[in-house]
Amino acid sequence: MYAQMIKSTGKGVKSLDEMDPQERAFQERIDAGGKIEPKDWMPEGYRKNLIRQIGQHAHSEIVGQLPEGNWITRAPTLERKAILLAKVQDEAGHGLYLYCAAETLGVTRDQMTRDLLSGKMKYSSIFNYPTLTWADMGAVGWLVDGAAIMNQVPLQRTSYGPYARAMVRICKEESFHQRQGYDIMMKMAKGTPAQRKMAQDALNRFWYPSLMMFGPSDKESVHSAQSMAWKIKMNTNDELRQKFVDQTVPQAEYLGLTVPDEHLKWNEEKGGYDFSEPDWEEFFDVLKGNGPCNTERLEARNKAWDNGRWVREGLLAHAAKKRIAKLAAE
Amino acid sequence: MSSPESSPYRETHAEKHGKARATEWPLWEIFIRGQHGLSHRHVGSLHAADAEMAIKNARDVYTRRNEGVSIWAIPAEAIAASSPEDKGPMYDPANDKVYRHPTFFDIPDEVGAM
Amino acid sequence: MSDPLFEYLCRMGDNTLVLGHRVSEWCGVAPVLEEDIALANTALDLIGQTQLWLGLAAEVEDAGRDADALAFRRDVWDFRNLLLVEQPNGDFGRTMMRQFLFDAWHLPYLTALMDSKDARIAAIAEKSAKEVTYHLERSTDTVIGLGDGTEESHNRMQAALDRLWPYVGEMFVGDAVDSSLQERGLAPDPASLRPGYDELVGDVFTAATLKRPEDDFAHKGGKTGARHSEHLGHMLTQMQWLQRAYPDATW
Repeated sequence: MYAQMIKSTGKGVKSLDEMDPQERAFQERIDAGGKIEPKDWMPEGYRKNLIRQIGQHAHSEIVGQLPEGNWITRAPTLERKAILLAKVQDEAGHGLYLYCAAETLGVTRDQMTRDLLSGKMKYSSIFNYPTLTWADMGAVGWLVDGAAIMNQVPLQRTSYGPYARAMVRICKEESFHQRQGYDIMMKMAKGTPAQRKMAQDALNRFWYPSLMMFGPSDKESVHSAQSMAWKIKMNTNDELRQKFVDQTVPQAEYLGLTVPDEHLKWNEEKGGYDFSEPDWEEFFDVLKGNGPCNTERLEARNKAWDNGRWVREGLLAHAAKKRIAKLAAE
Repeated sequence: MSSPESSPYRETHAEKHGKARATEWPLWEIFIRGQHGLSHRHVGSLHAADAEMAIKNARDVYTRRNEGVSIWAIPAEAIAASSPEDKGPMYDPANDKVYRHPTFFDIPDEVGAM
Repeated sequence: MSDPLFEYLCRMGDNTLVLGHRVSEWCGVAPVLEEDIALANTALDLIGQTQLWLGLAAEVEDAGRDADALAFRRDVWDFRNLLLVEQPNGDFGRTMMRQFLFDAWHLPYLTALMDSKDARIAAIAEKSAKEVTYHLERSTDTVIGLGDGTEESHNRMQAALDRLWPYVGEMFVGDAVDSSLQERGLAPDPASLRPGYDELVGDVFTAATLKRPEDDFAHKGGKTGARHSEHLGHMLTQMQWLQRAYPDATW
């Protein structure tokens, strides 16, 4: 989910007959629901694609700390402060698990970090939107985490073992995130007129960016077809988006808030809502670096990394000294 | 940020897992034995400058919800384990972070599963 | 002077509130992911301790306020935290030095409080001490690691120590509030903890190859509330903003 627009390297999905025996055995194992582990043979495209996808997901968790971190020092009660801090801390943890999963594919965390900081690797478009009021903490938990969960739950069954296991852990921890967001929204929506206004405003600003999180329609994409054949992508973007809308609209109704889409309508025949597409031009602008907060987000990450250099080097130097002292004593 | 697509990962060849460069903190595999006395189980990995730091980091990263009672941190060639005496201060504190658990938040039935 | 017990509990709670807030400012921008997570754990512990201390303070005061009202609706002159904890984060080294200088006082102090004749105080102290044992372990290791790391990390840690040392003395200066609690067997004499503190930090500075400043001059005015630094007001401006801007809202 946090991985958008991942393009595989293949020109299309090969049939089993077209594959050499090694690749064929690999594909048959995936088809049978088996897991691929780090030391197993894998096609180079599978490896590269996974590094990009897991890396982008990890970067999204790390950059995703910033919009919510923006409100930790302004949280309105001690309990809200603790909950928000715990949640943002979880995101750091999820980034860490994912980087570790990617590291089993022969790339280091520092390499991936450098590629994030240089802008070479991407993170989810959603984190380039600003959090302007306390209600945004509710909207991010409810909508953004809600959308993320849609994608992460099926990824627990993904074919790459370390990725699947990281997802299992992430999903387990993440279950409180969406609920704490909705809990904030309930308080706001049932609060003072100013709080209700904040809640509606947050929904207005986060609705379409949340729909964009699933990426543009990929029904016709050969890249997505390859990823799905490899089981590193489990559903099409449209399937997940539909599921998200169907789940979220009644939740908005319960809050007494209005989803900002005049074309939103229940479609009895398909058993789901008809809804407006987000502005895909805006989506591509954000990916290109022209979102409201792209500059600030990358700047913040670069600054943290640069300012932390002496700390990482200092602790490493001390560990080396200890090791030498220990050897000398033996 | 010039292209909407991720650029291909072509310049890196697969390196040996856990092999750190000179300026990177090495990678450690973390094993935790759960509260119910089963054997140590692999929970994930992390980076640390040395074994002590790996164990401390594991406590912060992997026992935030009070999952473990004993930690092993294993680099490529060595095993390090936390001492069982650490049990009190290292693990009890996580017991009261009730908001970590989804059931802390009352969500009305009407809004569906969350 | 208002009720000494109330004053005293505000001191304990304001220390953890202000320091917890400062540490939480690191969330998302720490030098390495593992540290980011560890700092958040420390901040979470401190916020949790704040809820207990200020909750008890509100109960003792019995004036219809709760922990949140004390945290979010008092102005600078009513805060009773040590000047040390309101000092800005600076670089990571200064943050960890501040943490160490505080932890090295906090743990023995809480340990002494576990013998308090007030069972409520003893219980909070016991719970907090478990958490703070780990804080001290971690901040000690970091101070030693960075002090004895590279030339740059050493210089930064020495600068942090020199900068923060004048805020150490306040922890050991007793006043009428302390005497009142001490007489009733509720809390220890602050001065009694100084020799142990000097020994502990001395050992750590040696291991860290850091030089303890010679001048023991001590700034005062935080725990009495007589004169805070300018920094606290800015912190409260941010921390209390929502509660102040929307006084009739619940969150």
